[in-house]
Amino acid sequence: MNPLLDALLLRTGYNTTLVTIGAALLGAAAGAIGTFVLLRRRSLASDAAGHAALPGLAAAFILMAMTSGNGRWLPGLMIGAAISAALGLVVVHAITARTRLKEDAAIGVVLSVFFGLGVVLLTVVQALPSGNQAGIASYLLGSAAGMLRSEAELIAIMAALTALSVFILRRPLSMLCFDPDYAAISGVRVRLTDAALSVILLAVVITSLKVVGLVLSVALSIMPAVAARFWTDRVQHMVPVSAALGAAGAYAGAAISSSAPSLPTGAVIVLIMFGMFVVSLLFAPARGVLATAIRHQAFRRRVHRRQGLLALDRQESIHDGMTLRLLRQSGWIRRDGVPTPAGVLAARDAAHDEALWRLHGDRYPGDSAALHYHRIVPIKQVLPADALADLEALLAAQPARKSHATTRLAPAGY
Amino acid sequence: MLIDFLQLSLVPMLIAVLASMACALPGNFLVLRQQSLIGDAVSHVVLPGVVGAFVVTGTIATAPMLIGAAVAALFAVGLIEIIRRLGKVEPGAAMGVVFTALFAAGVVWLEQSNSASVHLDVEHVLYGNLESLIWLDAESWASLVNPAALATVPEQLGRLAWVMAVVAIVIWVLWRPLVIGTFDPAFAASAGARPGLTSLALLVVVALSAVAAFEAVGAIIVVAMFICPAAAARLMTNKLHTQVAWSLGFAATAAIGGYTLAAWGPIWLGFENSVSAAGMIATTGGLILLLACCFGPCRRSR
Repeated sequence: MNPLLDALLLRTGYNTTLVTIGAALLGAAAGAIGTFVLLRRRSLASDAAGHAALPGLAAAFILMAMTSGNGRWLPGLMIGAAISAALGLVVVHAITARTRLKEDAAIGVVLSVFFGLGVVLLTVVQALPSGNQAGIASYLLGSAAGMLRSEAELIAIMAALTALSVFILRRPLSMLCFDPDYAAISGVRVRLTDAALSVILLAVVITSLKVVGLVLSVALSIMPAVAARFWTDRVQHMVPVSAALGAAGAYAGAAISSSAPSLPTGAVIVLIMFGMFVVSLLFAPARGVLATAIRHQAFRRRVHRRQGLLALDRQESIHDGMTLRLLRQSGWIRRDGVPTPAGVLAARDAAHDEALWRLHGDRYPGDSAALHYHRIVPIKQVLPADALADLEALLAAQPARKSHATTRLAPAGY
Repeated sequence: MLIDFLQLSLVPMLIAVLASMACALPGNFLVLRQQSLIGDAVSHVVLPGVVGAFVVTGTIATAPMLIGAAVAALFAVGLIEIIRRLGKVEPGAAMGVVFTALFAAGVVWLEQSNSASVHLDVEHVLYGNLESLIWLDAESWASLVNPAALATVPEQLGRLAWVMAVVAIVIWVLWRPLVIGTFDPAFAASAGARPGLTSLALLVVVALSAVAAFEAVGAIIVVAMFICPAAAARLMTNKLHTQVAWSLGFAATAAIGGYTLAAWGPIWLGFENSVSAAGMIATTGGLILLLACCFGPCRRSR
């Protein structure tokens, strides 16, 4: 059997299965919280948190190696990492709030300086006499292969708890992202919710240390959310889409890298998620590049067709190639530009519709502006029947504006 | 002792100073333009560039690596811009997507191609190899004027001096458009200063200094030195000329202080091994910024 297929189907033993499921849970939690991080425009704060985890990780390793002789106890490493990552976020906040430096500079400072300090401590680790320093480098890029059972269980439990807390806090979090002031007057404790967002982000970062590694942990919360953004405009859809993308990417990445141990797990997960991002960017139906281009093209054709019909009605000459082509395709003009009977009718309808829209715009300018239809949609598709009947009556009461196309048939090109 | 210093410490120290200053100079504009993290992104994407150069040429010669890294840096900046425009993605998120993906690609590519265990690994890219840039032919101060001995100085020193000079000249030449484009892009555009073109030039300078410095000292110093000295200098003064001067001073102080602490600090404390110079220089840069945050005369916005 193909080892990759085995890994994907969870047939490679208890530990790997646990790691793969744990990674999927972690991906789901990171994707869900990533939505709020993205909407709150704090994507790169998680980068600072990830890099800032290194000195705590290394310090915890040194401390445990000196006291108990074994520095690789995962819960201890996680506590150390959590402390220094939290300190990093606090420093980012303090620099932004207390000095005139902006957030980007604060993030850059924290991630480079903390990481530098971590590297200094890593060289101390390498000089430790116990010789058990092997393996700490795997926290830089993650490695799911060869994980202990207790570690895998811890990661799975933490990932599940994180996912659960995102689920519980989804309402205050989305209110916070869209309208902090409204959230505050509706009884959401803004500062507390913001702090909860940071705590969940921290939990994701330290849970991902062993699997994804601290250099790339930021991708786990950014990529699924940015990809999900292309699929929907509604936050209550974006959170599950992002969680699903995160879970799928992390699951596949952990499975692939456990079947090929030389591949760092974090890098594989990130590449798979990037693939999902590219597919979403190009092909997502809501905001993808292709869908947007198709919609834009359809809109252009509509505008050209409408303006062509109005020009036919006013017996103006049409020179635009696209307009002529569209009118010909619809059977509204002949090859030489003369309107067909169907074209005359369509032009009269368009002119009538335009008159109704103009009247609507004159009488209800506010409503009309709020509709955003740019007068290219037939008015009867927009207004309710009674309002339309009122408009028709008003229009009929006005002095008639003659529709030229009924009186004279002239080639549109002249 | 003196010989030790000449052979083991002088050249790495000078290289660290030059690298830090070459990064700090454009860093002033990055901090003012709120683009500090461009330096971070560029230093991450250097990895796939270096690996690509290694795969294409099969050697770890310097020239192709520098070219590969520069190409990767410009590619990343272009990709960020494309994603930002095409997908209307927030700049920070677009940057996060691109640099993590390219870094991950570099890591996987490295694992796939590095069968012969060539001296090229992720740690090397992150930490650099400052400590290995020694000058064994130095015998006394006289070696400093002895052409035969000078010929064996690690080539990174000369290269960084060149890069430092190029960066300084470009910034000197572009000073006016850079300054206008930084503080008032709209006015710059109306005055014909072409802010888009100046931004691009700044990015090229950033990529150049990042790549040159990274090869000698590793990615950590590069990121730290783009931001820390400039950010600290920003808290010292309201005048741009003065800020640039402060930042260069801070960069040199961080490099010399950090190297000294890394090489001799542990010995003073009674340990035998020295610690990572690259990490210590970044840490010292952070300490300088901490002091500036606490005591800098212009630390608050007015």
